Amino acid sequence: MSTATAAADVIRVRVPVRSVRNEVRAIKVVWRRELIRFRADRLRMATSLVQPLLFLFVLGSGLQQLSSASTHGVDLKTFIYPGILCIAVMFTAMFSAASIVWDREFGFLREMLVAPVRRSSIVIGKTLGGATVASSQGIILILLAGAVHVPYNPVMILGIFLLQLVLAFSITAFGVMFAARIKQMQSFMGLMQMVVMPMFFISGALFPVRHLPAWLGVLNRIDPLTYAVDPMRRLVFDHLHVSAAARSALAPGVTWWGWHVPALLEVGIVAAMGLAMLSVAIWEFSATD
Amino acid sequence: MLYEDGHRASLNGPAPAIAVSGLAKRFDAVEAVRGVDFQVAPGEVFGFLGPNGAGKSTTINMLCTLLRPSAGTAMVAGHDVVRERDGVRRNIGLVFQDPTLDTYMSAEQNLRMHAELYGVDPSLVPGRMRQVLEMVGLWERRKTQVLTFSGGMRRRLEIARGLMHSPRVLFLDEPTIGLDPQTRSSIWRYIAELKEREEITIFMTTHYMDEAEFCDRIAIMDQGEIVAMDTPAALKAGVGADRIRLQTDDDGAAIAALAERFGLEAHMSEGAVTFAVPAGEQFVPRLFAELGVPIQSVSVARPTLDDVFMSFTGSTIRDAEEERGQQTSRMLMQAFAAGRR
Repeated sequence: MSTATAAADVIRVRVPVRSVRNEVRAIKVVWRRELIRFRADRLRMATSLVQPLLFLFVLGSGLQQLSSASTHGVDLKTFIYPGILCIAVMFTAMFSAASIVWDREFGFLREMLVAPVRRSSIVIGKTLGGATVASSQGIILILLAGAVHVPYNPVMILGIFLLQLVLAFSITAFGVMFAARIKQMQSFMGLMQMVVMPMFFISGALFPVRHLPAWLGVLNRIDPLTYAVDPMRRLVFDHLHVSAAARSALAPGVTWWGWHVPALLEVGIVAAMGLAMLSVAIWEFSATD
Repeated sequence: MLYEDGHRASLNGPAPAIAVSGLAKRFDAVEAVRGVDFQVAPGEVFGFLGPNGAGKSTTINMLCTLLRPSAGTAMVAGHDVVRERDGVRRNIGLVFQDPTLDTYMSAEQNLRMHAELYGVDPSLVPGRMRQVLEMVGLWERRKTQVLTFSGGMRRRLEIARGLMHSPRVLFLDEPTIGLDPQTRSSIWRYIAELKEREEITIFMTTHYMDEAEFCDRIAIMDQGEIVAMDTPAALKAGVGADRIRLQTDDDGAAIAALAERFGLEAHMSEGAVTFAVPAGEQFVPRLFAELGVPIQSVSVARPTLDDVFMSFTGSTIRDAEEERGQQTSRMLMQAFAAGRR
């Protein structure tokens, strides 16, 4: 520690010129930080599960008494399960994106923005981190499948996980895009109420998308979340033993002017929107001084 | 033009660590920085001194590429702050006025993340990390979550992090603001040690007069302009005379002798013969040799940087801050009124 250990002993490191390798390192470290933070914050892990579990078990069990006639013998919990998988991921992903607003308020964003790496690396790392956290949260809900009469079929579980990953990525990108502009946490919470809740309600997570009133039908087809809930529900119903009548009433699939939209196209829509919003987020962060 | 300066300097000696010419920043109606010029030599500790709102932080933000200048140019570590932002960023370390640590992570995780973002060779990271953490006395606490750190510990960790990638220029924006006197002096000890050990240039801002004394050179900034720039000693010498207080066997004879032999006007003040003279320390030996009256004690008081600031701006730093505060609230009120109209 004394000055006798002068300049010669000092370990001097070098900051290399920007390269693809360094950008990948930056993406990785921003991604890893999301996981470290999520692990450090067990409370958040628990609280973000409360809402989906309430919907699934309380609302699902309660409304079952009213709806047994119209669900063709299918448990309402089973019916809303795919929708709940989607909203669980959506809320966690939005909270991950919200951490950018925290980072700005607590100054850490500045530490990242002044580093000699592309802003896009930071945004991509952040988005992938949020997606990872949200889909790992989703695993807990996948484990609950048995409790709502959904079989543990490996193909279905893998499919659900991949769908969740795509959705988590797109929703985080969506949140990051807004977080780029938002300076205060309160505003972000307001945004959640204004945008995320309507998206959730309109998406068909809690009701079949057929025979909706015209205005709701239109909104439903515009809502991006519809295209995540629908393939998720079709995937789950593919592995249930239910009557054809139940299937066509509960999981009819989204139609555009009578045309059945294929599940893969739906997933493609979600992924494409995610990529588009990621690009907007990158552009926003690069444009700020 | 600045480029030429840079090249000329590199022929005659080391290129300046920082070279700034005509740098200005305007925010809508407010001219925060009004065309400043200065150069900082490698290895120098250069301080920006001025009241809050003088434009110090705005200048630092432009130098570290966080703000785009409205006019003028600036080179840091040989790179242009607008055209070669990455070049600048690779070579600077930053300690901001506001905390920028991730409090959820440990001290070690914060430093490791920094090293990763800066692309530091992974094999060198553990050694370097130990070095910077030992320097600020936080090595024992490296596994602790930053959330539990005190304000002083956090600032020390920020300094360690700013040094993690061996920057050529370290920017410290008010490094000791809001800290207790003991922590402040320990931070200054680290900075002094740093200067000793690493080949580093330090650019800092402060509005503590006593801290500006630690700098090799200071620039006094007021209302977006540099009003004076020199070593602290030269600035104080420029203000004028040192004050000398004498106690002698015969004060009356001493006053007479001072008038007769040195042409100095002295008077009694608080029981001592008091007079003003330029370069007081050089004057003391002559005093002993030539006064002819036995001297019991002598003290030389230097002008303080407060006197310097006062002489250049016409007010003390504290007054300047209060006035600025009033201006700001006036502006806010006008903006509010305009908004309602």
